Amino acid sequence: MTALGLNLLLAILWIAVSGSATFVNFLFGFLVSALAIGLIREQAEGVSYLRRVRFILSLTILFFKELALSAWKVATLVLRRDMDLKPGIFAFPLTVDRDFEITLLANLITLTPGTLSVDVSEDRRTLYVHAIDCSDPEGTKRDIAEGFERKIMEAFR
Amino acid sequence: MADFFNSLFLLAVAIIIVAGSLFSLVAAIGLNRLPDVFTRMHAASKAGTVGSGLLLLAAGLHAGELSIFFRALAGFLFFILTAPISAHLLARAAHEVGYRLHEKTVMDELRRDRPLE
Repeated sequence: MTALGLNLLLAILWIAVSGSATFVNFLFGFLVSALAIGLIREQAEGVSYLRRVRFILSLTILFFKELALSAWKVATLVLRRDMDLKPGIFAFPLTVDRDFEITLLANLITLTPGTLSVDVSEDRRTLYVHAIDCSDPEGTKRDIAEGFERKIMEAFR
Repeated sequence: MADFFNSLFLLAVAIIIVAGSLFSLVAAIGLNRLPDVFTRMHAASKAGTVGSGLLLLAAGLHAGELSIFFRALAGFLFFILTAPISAHLLARAAHEVGYRLHEKTVMDELRRDRPLE
């Protein structure tokens, strides 16, 4: 069932990318994605699939909310007459340690209000984040750790 | 009645287009007004992404065809995937070569942990 859902999703994605919503094209996408799923089957199994999908969904919703908020914040900041900036780069201690989790977290941080990931330390323990308002780095760190990082852990652990 | 819904739909599309253009405009203004490369990346990566995303969404909706709509959506998705990466790379490269942060910068823990040679 779960594999079928993923298969359907990939087939729909194929239609989106190839841009022709015909039955034959759907069939082709379905076939190709079935092959791809067959290749990664072993890694794809694991924690309850449905629960994971729910967590990923909630992560996505959180992301779009934050993205809208962040664009709005940048807009109001930029249009203010005197921009009272206190920018700075702070070090964020990472709890997640797998490459794709760090990548995901860094990307999410970049697209959320006032923060932009600049670099990851060699030992992958620290993420350096540029904040446009760095007056309260501890608070920002707490927000990230309790928001995105926790959600990523829930979705992929 | 169908006419009414049709014009309502067109109005919604128009609003999305205006909102997208406004966000793009704000991104451009921010690029001009903000003081250093790092703060500028904030404007470009956030307002820019939302602006172009809304414009893509409006284009997909206006086409009224499912395949085009999904393609526009895929475009937005790839924008979300790539915009932060380019912002991150630019910021990283700028910091690595010692581009100075704006004088109002309150802290730089990256420079503390990794001083310039």
